[in-house]
Amino acid sequence: MKVSRAEVCIVAVAECFRGDGEILANPIGAIPMMGGRLARATFEPDLCCTDGEALLVAGERLFAGPETAGGLTSLEGKVVEYWNPYRSMFDWVWSGRRHIMMGASQIDRYGNQNLAAIGDYARPKVQLLGYRGAPGNTINDTTSYWVPNHSPRVFVEQVDTVCGIGWDRAAELGLGPDGGARFFEVRRVVSNLGVFDFESPDHRMRLRSLHPGVTVDQVVEATGFELVIPDEVPETRRPTADELELIGEVIDPDGTRTRELPDP
Amino acid sequence: MTTAGPAPSGKLTTEEEVVAELASGMTIAIGGWGSRRKPMSLVRAIARSDLDDLTIVTHGGADLGLLCAAGKVRRAIYAFVTLDSIPLEPHFRKARENGTIEDEPLDEGLFHLGLQAAAWRVPFLPSRVGLGSDLLRDNPRLTTIRSPFPADGPDGAGEGEELVAMPAFRLDAALCHLNRADARGNAMYLGPDLYWDDLMLQAAPTGRRFISTERVVPTEDLVSEGCFHQLRISRMMVDGVVPAPGGAHFTSCQPDYGRDEAFQQQYARSAGSPEAWAEFRAAWIDIPEPEYQRKRLEAAA
Repeated sequence: MKVSRAEVCIVAVAECFRGDGEILANPIGAIPMMGGRLARATFEPDLCCTDGEALLVAGERLFAGPETAGGLTSLEGKVVEYWNPYRSMFDWVWSGRRHIMMGASQIDRYGNQNLAAIGDYARPKVQLLGYRGAPGNTINDTTSYWVPNHSPRVFVEQVDTVCGIGWDRAAELGLGPDGGARFFEVRRVVSNLGVFDFESPDHRMRLRSLHPGVTVDQVVEATGFELVIPDEVPETRRPTADELELIGEVIDPDGTRTRELPDP
Repeated sequence: MTTAGPAPSGKLTTEEEVVAELASGMTIAIGGWGSRRKPMSLVRAIARSDLDDLTIVTHGGADLGLLCAAGKVRRAIYAFVTLDSIPLEPHFRKARENGTIEDEPLDEGLFHLGLQAAAWRVPFLPSRVGLGSDLLRDNPRLTTIRSPFPADGPDGAGEGEELVAMPAFRLDAALCHLNRADARGNAMYLGPDLYWDDLMLQAAPTGRRFISTERVVPTEDLVSEGCFHQLRISRMMVDGVVPAPGGAHFTSCQPDYGRDEAFQQQYARSAGSPEAWAEFRAAWIDIPEPEYQRKRLEAAA
């Protein structure tokens, strides 16, 4: 059965939300949002999902992103569960009822993430978005990352600015039941090459699975730090026939996924 | 039968009169979010004025970018700056990379607490947000505080826990754009989100809390413009109302109009060179607001 890299990634994203129950699955970006929808349509039926702006919606169809003028504010075709203006997001984040999947301009071996600025923060080489909500997301809730362009420029030895905190910083704050980072969990990184977790003795990033057709060497070459690599690296789970049908006919009938992430 | 008594205070004003109430060096909160429902007619009036050295508090977009390009900004206080359909704001980016502005970064949640603390007149509010991150390195106004309680409550853990203390913003003024308002300053949003407009107006000092609006309507007609749940700006929060149809242009003002993407691209391109900015400025900023509105409608036709 022919599956695209985008479809493999959508399934890998969906797997990040397995076991989350009735919380806000909040993946940012088209492919991550499709993964959230797929998880809800299959093995995590209680997840809540946004329409990308101010609503929580039932139903699996993915709506156009914020770049679509007028599209987001329309109620057309949406089954609205809740009005969720930006400010309400903190009610979910600070009470531990959200699992966000963010992007990362840089990420290091402990999952520290940067999306604020490249270079010296005081006078950056490249100014990016800002700290956004990354510090608050990581200290309060489970966080995963989506990196569609796996390269040594993104997977770096050390991030220039720590926006989202990683396992080393969290350990300094305390990961135990009384620790300052007791609500912290950076769970997974899904890239265009594979899936990564932090399930190693000192929470260093570990290669969890390789997408079909990708080799360990390819991943090592595209990563700017030393990964934990098990002796046997499994292949990322391929979509089932049912999942492919859901993705192709219900979640993303327009084929946005392959425009977002073309096959290598 | 009419009752004799003092007339209610009328608050209708103009962009120029609002600017006359502001001064160089002030800290000004600007409502909206990214490239959505920004009080752009007021922003343009500031860009035309002789004000400078401003500190801008914003969920940043074209407001902050345009004021940076116009040389009005000394310091930016923000969690992100974006034009939505153009992910990074090019004028803000340039100002940061050229080192022409001071930078005070925040997390969106801390930004919320800074406004809330100011509105409630407490010096700070505690939060877990920022712990372990470089925010405490990059924003020296943030500090930490130890909980005075044996345990922090709900989960029974965290005895003497260290938390981030987010100081209240000290605003001198707030500027927001709302879909509808009456002449006394009651106002409503009709789009999907109020953003932080109400908190910004509550956090600013009485006398310099200004809104612009797409349309001024009689108080008795407000509720029929939408739903009473959307009447979230009270006249107790507002000192001046600027009638400004199209006042959020080129940012979106749903449902009255969407973002003018073609115009926004033109604005973004003006960050390309000093000449491009000078040209944009002459064409779209150094002109009276009515002319701006006439020209942009012509350009879109």
